[in-house]
This record gives sequence, structure tokens and C-alpha cells, in this order.
Amino acid sequence: MEWILALGIGVLAGSGIWLLLRPRTFQFIMGLTLMTYAVNLFIFAMGRLRLDAPPVIDPHWADPARYADPLPQALVLTAIVIGFATTALFLVVLLASRGMSDTDHVDGEEHRP
Amino acid sequence: MMPWLQHLPVLPILVPLLTSALMLLTRDSQRRLRVGLGTAAILLQILIALMLIRATQGIGAPAWPDGIGVYRLGNWPAPFGIVLVADRLSALMLGLTAVLGLCAWIYATARWDRAGSHFHPLFQLLLMGLNGAFLAGDLFNLFVFFEILLTASYGLMLHGSGKRRVGAALHYIGVNLIASFLLLIAIALIYGLTGTLNLADLSKQALTLAGADRQLFDSAAAILGVAFLIKAAAWPLNFWLPNTYTEAAAPVAALFTIMTKVGIYALLRIGSLLLPAGAPAAFGGAWMFPAGIATLAFGTLGMLASTQPRRIAAYAVITSSGTLFAALGMPGVTVTGPALYYLLSSVLGLGAFFLLLELTERSQSFGADMLAITQEAFEGDEPEAASLSEQVVGTPLPATMAFLGLSFFACSLLIVGLPPLSGFVAKFSLLSAALQTAEQGAPTFNVWLLVTAMLTSGVACLMALGRCGVRLFWVPEQLHVPTLRINEMAPILILLAACALLTVQAGPVMDYLEDTAHYLDQPARYIQAVLAPAFPGSQP
Repeated sequence: MEWILALGIGVLAGSGIWLLLRPRTFQFIMGLTLMTYAVNLFIFAMGRLRLDAPPVIDPHWADPARYADPLPQALVLTAIVIGFATTALFLVVLLASRGMSDTDHVDGEEHRP
Repeated sequence: MMPWLQHLPVLPILVPLLTSALMLLTRDSQRRLRVGLGTAAILLQILIALMLIRATQGIGAPAWPDGIGVYRLGNWPAPFGIVLVADRLSALMLGLTAVLGLCAWIYATARWDRAGSHFHPLFQLLLMGLNGAFLAGDLFNLFVFFEILLTASYGLMLHGSGKRRVGAALHYIGVNLIASFLLLIAIALIYGLTGTLNLADLSKQALTLAGADRQLFDSAAAILGVAFLIKAAAWPLNFWLPNTYTEAAAPVAALFTIMTKVGIYALLRIGSLLLPAGAPAAFGGAWMFPAGIATLAFGTLGMLASTQPRRIAAYAVITSSGTLFAALGMPGVTVTGPALYYLLSSVLGLGAFFLLLELTERSQSFGADMLAITQEAFEGDEPEAASLSEQVVGTPLPATMAFLGLSFFACSLLIVGLPPLSGFVAKFSLLSAALQTAEQGAPTFNVWLLVTAMLTSGVACLMALGRCGVRLFWVPEQLHVPTLRINEMAPILILLAACALLTVQAGPVMDYLEDTAHYLDQPARYIQAVLAPAFPGSQP
């Protein structure tokens, strides 16, 4: 379980970083999206992995050992919303830049040797 | 005490939020209503900030005996609920934000708010994000308010559009998104290790870590530090800044001058709270000092290399960040107070400078920038140079040009740090405090490095700004006298007057800042105030 998650985060983050280093805007935004997934999974994992444990505490069974940590789930939710909003905004800027400069290079112009 | 006064710490967030929500109910065409609403909101924020500053000193209506106002949202006790903390440092930064915001706002109403849609709500949201970041008492909310202020700043950066601006914004947004990821990774790691996000509680929990956990915590703190250093424009993470600040609209660039200081504030705050746990080097220690010197050198070289006035101003922002890093990286508290004074003076001075540059650019005839560059390249063969002086002699000096020239002169004095304005007081007190730390046993080499770097950078700034001023006001053959409106001149005058006030009141202001510095050096008071039980008498 742990190593599947670790591998998942690693592959997502690695691919994301590779794509971020491309000078093309579409690849850049794909890289950002993959990085978002990696970061969100990472936050989630920081609350420890628990299978089939509810995050909301029932007062009759108030034994914390039976429950998953709810805080990272709340954090992930917030991070997803914020990441989604900023990525959407970034997409609009990419489209504007593409429309204005007629190229999808991140500098708005091609560097030819 | 009036009951609503206990809600004072939350008001700097609520006022701009509600204002921008109200503005969204109006149309862009109802500009006058929006401007009125916004002006009222910013004036209210200045009032609130003043009350907070008084409250942290223990005077005025909500007198906090400890100088720390803790506001528990939803009245949950501290490590579990979200807290807002208004102490001396945050109150000071709130006041600075509000004053700078007012000036940028007045300036924008002259012309810039019509260059695109929804300028007014975005401006208020940026203020809300800044205020929230200064008040946040836990790491995750710090992240959330950073995102709010950044998202609003993306919108404002794109305001007015244009190919170059969109290109610069693309880089700016990309870099900041990646910085946000770093911030999130660091926050998640810290939460996984300590099980808390509350800054005060974190400071206690960090003490209990040992061995591998401690190393992991230090790495998390280092990642956090890198994220803040990107926002605060430390070299080599500041390549996005010159383009962004050069291309942004003038009032937006003026407001952006405080955004790098948010990163510095975060470093200072977390560094101060982690002091008892032995703050990792990134927060005001071994690494911060060399990073500061490198940033200072980079900013200075950038100023010398730039030909465009606004680019010089953008590099001046980096120079001021570098000075602050280097000063805060010095051991002890002696330098912190003067560094805070420098922060106030440089934000106000640079804000005024960005506003002023747009006005002076208006006096240039078309293509003057190009002329300046070619002049450099083909110096020497200027056949009309001899006749130039005859034309200039005897030209009457219009009042507008006198205003622009004198303001430029005053801004230069502020940025370079020459008497009589607050820039000089700031630099002088920084240098003398640095020399004092040498007597107290700080590494002498570092002290002299700081002194040399600051003095050299001052001389270089003077050269860059002097050259820029000569080119703007003396060289052009035909100066258009621009028509300026009162709401374009007033904000510059307010900012310069604020700097003059800082100079005249240097004594009391410096006392307040020294107290702030000592307070930051003893985080126990902060921790105690935040973690105190919500209801007196109940168990924590």
C-alpha cells in the first residue's frame, strides 16, 4: 500500500517536473496539473494511510485510534479548489499569450539558433 | 470596552472582502459608486490599522496588556481552531499596506481603473489577501491568504492587457504556482511530523522532535524557506521580478512593492517562532545572510545595467529585499529594529517612485527610450550637441516639471539613502546597528561585508538614478509638459509626506520598532497568548 502510493506520487511528480521544464505552454500546464495531483496525494499521505476508517468522529465510539485523520482531507480539499482555480486562470493567460504572439513558446517568441 | 472592538483583528479581512463583494453587485459602468465604496473601505482599513497599532501598545480602547490580540474564529481554542493574531509586527504591516493601498488606489482612479474590467474588486481582494497573510496564525491559512493575494495580483498584473504584459504575467504566474506547490509540500511534511499547523503550537512541538524526525523537519523548513524566498525575490530565485514589475500598470506595480515584503514577513515571523527550537538556517541565520548579500549585489548590478527607468525601479525592489535579507540574517536583535524601519521607508519610497515614473514617461516624446539606447551606442558623434545648450537656456520651468523633478529627486534620495529623508535614517541606523553587533561578538567579517555591500550599492544606486534623472529631465530636446491631474499628484505627495513624517518622528517610530524586535526575539509571549485557554478558568 505505502509503496504503491509513494510510487504514484513519485511518477506524477517526476513527469510533472519533466513537463514543467519544457518551453511549450501546453506541456507546462499539463506538468502543473500532474504536479497538483502529486502534491495533493502527498498532503493526503501525511495524515497516515488508513483503510476503511471514517474521518468523522462518532461520539459513541470516541476512540481516536478507530478514525482516519480528517485534517489532511480538509487541507486537500482546499488545495484542490485553489489549485483548480489558479490552473484555470493560468489556462486563460496561456490562451491569451498564444493568441497574441502566435506561438506556444513560453517566452512568446521562438529562439532560433 | 465597546463589544464590537473585540472583533478588531478580523476587520482588516472582512472590510475588503465585503467591499469587493458589494462592488460585484454593481456594474463596471457605475464607476463612481465603486470608487466611493473602495475609498471608504481603504480609509476604514487605515483607521483599523491605527487602532490595532495603539492596541498593541496597550493604549486606546481595546488595550491588550500583552500587546497581542488573539482572535479565535468560531471560538475554538487555539491548536484546533483557526486563530488570527494581531501583534506589533502584523499591526505595523497592516498599516503600511493600507497607506500604500490608499495611494495606489487614488492614483488608479485617475485613469488606470478604466483600462480593463473589475479593477476595483480585484484591488480590494489583493488588500484582503495581504491583510490576511499578516494576521494568519497558522501555516495553512498563511498559504490560503498567499493564494488569495496572488490570484488577485495575477488579475491586476494582466490589467490593461497587451502582448508584453501577458508574456510577463505568464512567467509570473508560472513561477508563483510552482512556489505554491513547494509551500504545500512543506506544510504537509510539517503537519505529518508535528501534527499541528498552528504556528505557536508548532514552535512547541518542534522542540520534541529528535533524530531523523528533526532532520526531516529541518528539510521541510528549508522547502518552506525556499517558497518564501521565491516570493521575497532572493537571488537566484528572482528572475521573474524585473519583467513583472516593469510591465505591470503603474499603480499595480506600486502596490506590488509590498508583495515581496510579505515573503520577508513570513520568514521573520516563522524564524522568530522557531527560535526556541533552534530555527533552521534558512530563517534568519547562516544562509539568509549570504543570500541577502548576493541579492543586494544582483539588484545593484541590475540597476546599473538598466536603461529603462521602470526597470531600474524593479531592480531597486530587489536591492531593498537584499538589504533586508542581509540585515535579518545578522545574529541578535540589534539590527532587526532598523531593518523594519528600512522596510517601511523603502516600501513607501519605491511605491512613490513607481507612480512617479509613469508620469515622467508621459513627458517623453515618442521613441525617447530608443533614443537613449542609441545615444549610449553612438556616443561622441552628436552634431547638435553644441546648439542644444542654447535652446535650453532660458526655457521657463513649468510648475508640473518642477513637481516631477523635485519628486524624482526626493524618491532618489529615499532609495539611495541620502539625507535628509527617511532612507538616510534607515541606512544609517542599519549600519550603526551592524557595527554595534560587531562589538557584541558577531563575526566581524560579516559586519564589514554588510557595510561595504550597502555603501557600494548606495553609490551604484546614486549613479543609476542620477543617470536616469538626467536622461529624463535634462537631455530631451523637446519636453512635453504633461497634463497631470490632482489625483495623480496627490498620492505621490502623500507617500513622500509619509516618508518625511517617518524622518521627523524617527525617535518614537524607532522605539516602537525596537520593541517589536525584542518582542520577536522572545516568542514565548506569542506562544503563551495564542495557546491560552479560550475561556478564562477553563482547562486548556
